[in-house]
Amino acid sequence: MTNLTALTIAAARDGLRSKKFSALELTDAYLAAMEKARVLNAYIVETPEKARDMAKTSDARLAAGQGGALEGIPLGIKDLFATEGVHTQACSHVLDGFKPRYESTVTSNLWRDGAVMLGKLNMDEFAMGSSNETSYYGNVINPWKRTNSNAALVPGGSSGGSAAAVAAHICAAATATDTGGSIRQPAAFTGTVGIKPTYGRCSRWGIVAFASSLDQAGPIARDVRDAAIMLKSMASVDQRDTTSVDLPVPNYEAAIGRPIKGLRVGIPKEYRVDGMPTEIDALWSKGAEWLKAQGAEIVEISLPHTKYALPAYYIVAPAEASSNLARYDGVRYGLRVPGDDIVDMYENSRAAGFGREVQRRILIGTYVLSAGYYDAYYVRAQKVRTLIKNDFDKAWEKVDVVLTPATPSPAFAPGEITDPVQMYLNDIFTVTVNMAGLPGISVPAGLSADGLPLGLQLIGKPFGEETLFQAAAAIETAAGGYTAPQWW
Amino acid sequence: MSVDQKTVKRVARLARLKVTAADVPRLAGELNAILGFIEQLNEVDVANVEPMTSVVTMKMKMRKDEVTDGHYSQKIVANAPAQDDDFFMVPKVVE
Repeated sequence: MTNLTALTIAAARDGLRSKKFSALELTDAYLAAMEKARVLNAYIVETPEKARDMAKTSDARLAAGQGGALEGIPLGIKDLFATEGVHTQACSHVLDGFKPRYESTVTSNLWRDGAVMLGKLNMDEFAMGSSNETSYYGNVINPWKRTNSNAALVPGGSSGGSAAAVAAHICAAATATDTGGSIRQPAAFTGTVGIKPTYGRCSRWGIVAFASSLDQAGPIARDVRDAAIMLKSMASVDQRDTTSVDLPVPNYEAAIGRPIKGLRVGIPKEYRVDGMPTEIDALWSKGAEWLKAQGAEIVEISLPHTKYALPAYYIVAPAEASSNLARYDGVRYGLRVPGDDIVDMYENSRAAGFGREVQRRILIGTYVLSAGYYDAYYVRAQKVRTLIKNDFDKAWEKVDVVLTPATPSPAFAPGEITDPVQMYLNDIFTVTVNMAGLPGISVPAGLSADGLPLGLQLIGKPFGEETLFQAAAAIETAAGGYTAPQWW
Repeated sequence: MSVDQKTVKRVARLARLKVTAADVPRLAGELNAILGFIEQLNEVDVANVEPMTSVVTMKMKMRKDEVTDGHYSQKIVANAPAQDDDFFMVPKVVE
């Protein structure tokens, strides 16, 4: 039999429908691959029994000629998504032992369409990080290594487990979330495709909240088509999330292969930042050339407030996080560390339960929201956000999509970046998209001089995901795919 | 604006995070570095700019004010570190 874990979702879907193999065989192949790949630390919990039960149900449906869009497709789920009866801790110590009695809307949608859950994926604690080094469950190892080097590299973050698992073929695709770049940056570091849809496209219900006005769920997949198949199932309007948008979910897969002739692609000059490595700059130009060669029109644009997106983000995101994380007090769930009185118990539980980066952001958030500072920080940041959005609104008069690098560098080594602000700069190209609520996709476009994957980002109009899949597929066609050589 | 050690202690108290005396200087340094980075927003002219309140223009959805969910208190307290008779248990707060 062919190597079942090498199949994309689209290929596995065809194989299952034509009964070349069963869903159980496919799931068992993944469970075996996961066991072999434990050194990557991508999964923090494996759920083999649940996976096999779900696969058997899928086989029964397929045998009856039924089955949803993802029938029998084995997926990994980021630990941020509530999964009923299964470990859900946002990779934090503070949620020790938490097993929700409910299922997130996004994962419910996936199970409705027949997908199989393989387990929960590692991530930065509460999705705060760009390297998956803040997880209570330890670092994730990137399946990619530099040419002629054995040194471990980070997979990016916060969806580092999702990206590593997809790149290592230990799930067909994975759920992920993106608050400032947490889908697109790890996708770029691992040679995978990640899309953060428009704010409101996926329900946030049952996803552990980080920064509510920025958080969005999306998939990480092996190619653009698989990402389109995943997003179609994940997206929905939901009564339980008033910010979810009541618009029909298009058949994204149909956008793949549509000619891009006449597509207007914006190149924002402000993204040519100081000290940008020449290979990133060259990749960006190559991406524009590929699109032009397929008939797109390249247009220079200006997004003048770009440089303020990251500092504004580091007000808005911690402010909202400090509020959202107030609920972890040792009373309703998770870790409780006793104290002299109730306040002492709260303070002990939170100090023991939250890691350093999370505590830092809670403190920043609390500070910027504290009496006397609200206008100077939070309100000012929200005004800057309006200016960032206005920049894009003006750009959309001239272009249909914007092309930028996904990250300022390829994957780096664990421990290489210790300064928090330096770490935040990883999100410099992705964070504007969250601030403006727009969709963005990261697609692999080449390899660095030392053999590591590099990604390009396409930014779309609100609910312009179809255009992103169309343009990303055009880049993918020109660039080809990238698979990490297996060393584990 | 610069954060001193007294402010770190006050903010940590507001955030209900216990910090040790040894941690305070480190935290003050880190917070100042982040606040220094944020400072560049002061260059931006935000006069007559409305703060962003919603990323997608949409009307807040309304629904009928009626009970649509509930009656499962056991599920709600199931994950509590201490519970009794469908109540969350906490250290004594009233003398």
